[in-house]
Amino acid sequence: MNPLELARSRPGEAFTVTFDDRPVPAVPGQTVAAVLWAAGVTAWRSTRGAGRPRGVFCGIGVCFDCLVTVNGRPNQRACLVPVRPGDAIRTQEGTGHDDD
Amino acid sequence: MTERAHLAVVGAGPAGLAGALAAADRGVRVTLVDAAEQAGGQFYRQPARALGARRPEALHHQWRTWRRLREGIERHIAAGRITHLTDHHVWAVQRASDSSFTVYALRGPAEEEGATVRADAVLLATGGYERVLPFPGWTLPGVVTAGGAQAMLKGALVLPGRRVVVAGTGPLLLPVATGLAAAGARVAALVESAAPVALLRGAPALAAEPGKLAEGAWYAGQLMRHRIRTLSRHSVVEAHGTDRLTAVTVAALRNDGRIRPGSARRISCDTLAVGHGMLPHTDLAETLGCTLSGPTGTAVRVDDEQRTDVPGVWAAGETTGIGGAALALAEGHIAGRSIAARLRGVAPDPRSWAASARARARLRRFFAALEAAYAPPAGWADRLTDDTVVCRCEEVTAGAVRTAARSLGAGDLRTVKLFTRAGMGWCQGRMCAPAVAGLTGCPLTAGRRPFARPVPLGVLAALPDD
Amino acid sequence: MVGAACALYAARAGLDVRVVDRGPVAGGTTGAGEGNLLVSDKEPGPELDLALLSARLWSRLGDELGTAVEYEPKGGLVVAAAPEGLTALHAFADGQRHAGVEAHPVDADQLPFLEPHLATGMAGGVHYPQDAQVMPALAAARLLRVSGARLHTGWTVTGLLRGPDGAAAGVRTDRGDLHAPAVVNAAGTWGGELAALAGVRLPVLPRRGFVLVTEPLPRMVRHKVYAADYMADVASDSAALRTSPVVEGTAAGPVLIGASRERVGFDRSLSLAAVRALAAGAIGLFPFLERVRALRTYAGFRPYLPDHLPAIGPDPRAPGLFHACGHEGAGIGLATGTGQLIAQTLTGKAPDLDLTPFRPERFDTDGGDTP
Repeated sequence: MNPLELARSRPGEAFTVTFDDRPVPAVPGQTVAAVLWAAGVTAWRSTRGAGRPRGVFCGIGVCFDCLVTVNGRPNQRACLVPVRPGDAIRTQEGTGHDDD
Repeated sequence: MTERAHLAVVGAGPAGLAGALAAADRGVRVTLVDAAEQAGGQFYRQPARALGARRPEALHHQWRTWRRLREGIERHIAAGRITHLTDHHVWAVQRASDSSFTVYALRGPAEEEGATVRADAVLLATGGYERVLPFPGWTLPGVVTAGGAQAMLKGALVLPGRRVVVAGTGPLLLPVATGLAAAGARVAALVESAAPVALLRGAPALAAEPGKLAEGAWYAGQLMRHRIRTLSRHSVVEAHGTDRLTAVTVAALRNDGRIRPGSARRISCDTLAVGHGMLPHTDLAETLGCTLSGPTGTAVRVDDEQRTDVPGVWAAGETTGIGGAALALAEGHIAGRSIAARLRGVAPDPRSWAASARARARLRRFFAALEAAYAPPAGWADRLTDDTVVCRCEEVTAGAVRTAARSLGAGDLRTVKLFTRAGMGWCQGRMCAPAVAGLTGCPLTAGRRPFARPVPLGVLAALPDD
Repeated sequence: MVGAACALYAARAGLDVRVVDRGPVAGGTTGAGEGNLLVSDKEPGPELDLALLSARLWSRLGDELGTAVEYEPKGGLVVAAAPEGLTALHAFADGQRHAGVEAHPVDADQLPFLEPHLATGMAGGVHYPQDAQVMPALAAARLLRVSGARLHTGWTVTGLLRGPDGAAAGVRTDRGDLHAPAVVNAAGTWGGELAALAGVRLPVLPRRGFVLVTEPLPRMVRHKVYAADYMADVASDSAALRTSPVVEGTAAGPVLIGASRERVGFDRSLSLAAVRALAAGAIGLFPFLERVRALRTYAGFRPYLPDHLPAIGPDPRAPGLFHACGHEGAGIGLATGTGQLIAQTLTGKAPDLDLTPFRPERFDTDGGDTP
């Protein structure tokens, strides 16, 4: 049993996104966090102080722990943002903004 | 003025939907503003449409109630009485000098574009969020909130991992553990710090809810069916792993809430779903000037009609105190009827909502009893090592918080924040405030957050002039 | 902050000091401040003299306490968008230089070297190396700790104790009496109320300011940067909202954008007009900020006196009472000098500056208290 089977889900056609340049499968309707979880990835940010890995914590957009860079835009909440075909998801380092 | 009075409802969970429905049934024009893609809130969170779920009810309880609610709302939407603004994240509500309201929101999941809604009255149904008290290792990837694991399951149809420990305290843990198991996860243990006997102490209030007893029996059956081991009066004392969770240490609690020596054991798992109850979202109400009260001083105070003490502002559901979906429905219904009458300049007749008022009274008693039974274990704060991160955003440790209290003399959450940065980060202290309060002995007070969520400066600069 | 500095310098002058506050440390305007230690925004005169004295003392404290108070001698950069503004700015800087301020004109093509992300098309600016920054709440807490003064937080002063000769002999609080031959009023925005308890008039009024705090960023803004019209706002007597933002990065990451000025009493409610103007002004200086998120905003209440100068020194109307309040938006910056001057007068030494312009009783004689 898996959740998609349990809910008798029939999603649209699967597509590919990349996580740190690696291809990862996705289906329409999934959030960035769901795609990464389904691929066995639990961390996609390193903190700006100690450089520790973080991923989903609250899952509902309150804690901001799951911040990630999508298509070059930093600080997106992975638990809220839906994936689109071809999305380039990257581990976010520190503030997510390039240092000059 | 020929235009009908206009109500803005913030939040499309059970309270907001019940309020919108009751008001629209009585001729009020309603705009329902909600952050999600679909109505439902946390309790009735729906799978994303594109996932094509044909049996979403497999993930839910009280589906019939939901269907009735949804059908009512859809009827009003089709008739143009309710406008449902999805993907609208409200960051402030302001009351103008002419007593009208403006709701300020950010659109889309990216939250980069502003939007405003004008209204004559506002119903705040902003719900709540989970409280998690820290323990060593709680920042490891793989440690998620119990509600978060459930939200990802219901909304995105995904599991956090294969082998899960569900832990903490509160009535949410049961549905999370059984829900994850039904969806295919192996639930290695359900670890509840409250004792079954503590639940019995609230027996009169609990026994007054036959529905809840039946629900409890159903969950007991589910635990058996999925062979979930329940460890009551136990607590997770540490999460292990280097870059992700690999195991937790669980220990038995003595009567005084402290760890029973020699009782620690290790359970291997890739996910820990943990929670210690809920806290109300009160930011919008606080900025509007509504008085907060409640057992912890962190819920919006309302009267019998669900009115706050700011004219034109009603509140219902978890934002007025944690009490679950059924209570939210009752409160929302009463609020909607009150609003419909008051917007016509008429005092409502409370007899018209007598059944909802009775349910409200009963459920409030029930949840007060639950809250007492499900208190976090004594001494949790003493078990925090100095190097444990307490503020996840700003990476402030328990040691730094203790120093601020002991040697710099901080005696309230705001001063601890100023001295340590705990609570200054992205989440604005929503996650760490209960922990900081527990560590320092400060009262847990609602933080002042004029922006209920981060707002791009470009959106602020482009605000309409009024 | 001013109280903490008074405590520090009085203790260092050998006095036994108690500090009483009805709230926590930094619970008033200090906790809402940005920690600006500015000489750049002050025209020649007594306030600038006090700012220069304070800057020297802050620099010494910075050496002593360093990172514990997040002291950063980052310098200020005042920019002018148009040539006329630049001419006025240069004239202003010339006057300051004569009064002892370091002020270096910066040509338009040199601005990007100081601030790479500054908006293009500026006419030019002036660089003020003496401008600096501290984290105000930490500074107040650390100064109090270093002073060794006994701290009574959560104690509310309810009256002034008087000796047989009528001179101040301490304070009465809700938790008991504290006896002392000298009482220093460092109650900031509430300094007028404390003066009233002693039976004297000090017309301190609140001037509200909002500050915007962004998400954490790498160091994109290096100095305290503001537009030349900021000085006009500071000096203005207008009750209406005025905003010309000061933009600065912080050691902790967020950019601070402050602050609006309006006279609306102690109203803390969110003013979208104020935050809109702050955001627009900040984006005008640093266009990259448009997509940066504000995580929070908060209001503080600057204590201002009608002539925009603080009250510092003994009050001849109430012997034994000294005032150290009414610094408007510059209290953090002017705290050290104020503390030093108070310590000198408490110990009978000649003060480093002439205190005549700061006399607390000046509003009784010249009738200058109409807001």
